[in-house]
Amino acid sequence: MRIRIHGTRGSYPTSSKDYEYYGGATSCIEVIYEQERIILDAGTGIINLNEDDYYRKRRINILLTHLHMDHIQGLAFFQPLFNSENEVYIWGPKGGNTGLRLRLNRYLSPPLFPLPLRDVPCNLTIKEFPDDPFKIGSFQISADYVSHPGPTVGFRVECEGKKFAYIPDHEPMIGKLELYQEQKWISGIELAQGADLLIHDAQYGNEEYLKKAGWGHSTLQHAAQFSERAKVDKLLLFHHDPAHNDQMIKEMFSEFISDKNFPFDVDMAIQGQEVLI
Amino acid sequence: MSAHELEVILSRQLADTLSIPVFIVDPIGNLIFYNEPAEEILGKRFEDTGAMSVEEWSTAFEPQDDEGNIITPEQLPLVHTLKEHEPAHKTFRIKNLKGKMYTISVTSLPIVGRARKFSGAMAIFWTRKSKV
Repeated sequence: MRIRIHGTRGSYPTSSKDYEYYGGATSCIEVIYEQERIILDAGTGIINLNEDDYYRKRRINILLTHLHMDHIQGLAFFQPLFNSENEVYIWGPKGGNTGLRLRLNRYLSPPLFPLPLRDVPCNLTIKEFPDDPFKIGSFQISADYVSHPGPTVGFRVECEGKKFAYIPDHEPMIGKLELYQEQKWISGIELAQGADLLIHDAQYGNEEYLKKAGWGHSTLQHAAQFSERAKVDKLLLFHHDPAHNDQMIKEMFSEFISDKNFPFDVDMAIQGQEVLI
Repeated sequence: MSAHELEVILSRQLADTLSIPVFIVDPIGNLIFYNEPAEEILGKRFEDTGAMSVEEWSTAFEPQDDEGNIITPEQLPLVHTLKEHEPAHKTFRIKNLKGKMYTISVTSLPIVGRARKFSGAMAIFWTRKSKV
């Protein structure tokens, strides 16, 4: 499996020279196996796929972890939606009494967007995740709710014996820096168990987190603890805060790893990077 | 190992922040957590009692009414909630694990998450002054 990162930023996109290295587009990941691909989240990073010839005249699957703007904002500008020869499936979490289509309509409809969802030219299907793992082509996918405001899931994608977990918005422990000792009490742990690669929320430093507890995001420390408990092989720290420029991210990461010895590889996610599992 | 449902995890996180006693059970009634304020009334730390089946916890505290009549498990609000998946409330007396008697009022509610699945129940309780 190849994991291609098109957007690493949380909350809102950024654009200036100071953000070029880690990138300014919001969350979007491609998971690729041979000729098959799925797209995880549709932040502004999905716009990078507009010129990709792969997304012409085929079935496209877009899986949304949740409907916060930074994870769906790119959808309205994703050109393959406007190609009548494409069949597009948008998947998302169940959310109480309002169906996924209605919830998406709140964004993809006037006055917020000139074209209502029902009028996009592609052959569009909107599906809520089933409770049990399901398959899209060669990918076996689990979508489980994780701790974050609103209906939010993380994904586990398995293919040919390789395991990838994507939990971009997650606060596994609210208000404290240490996770519970017992595995059963850790949100999302089964999604990441034994993953070859985990991409996980790491928006805040420890000091910042004291003012942002309950906002639904992790510190680098949370992400590292979570990874250790899940026994992952590699962790990419994700959902960079838009107030953190490249220099700040480098310093934050450098300070974080300076006196530690993790049982897994760890790095900050970079827009444009590709990881082979 | 199967992790608890998200709404049960968040219930425990809430319980950890409250100064009100809270008791959490899984869908079949096994006690899976009680918080520090509950420990003071129940007489033992959760780390020391560990998980208890519904048969154990519903009788271990010898629940009784004001006349000293034993209250059966089915009459307890948390057992009612487990069976009927609806809230319940009752005031009664218990003997804690150190032998001390308390009158407690218990309100229990079902934990049902976004998947609309019954994931367990939680009970908040507080001590009341005994009737003289």
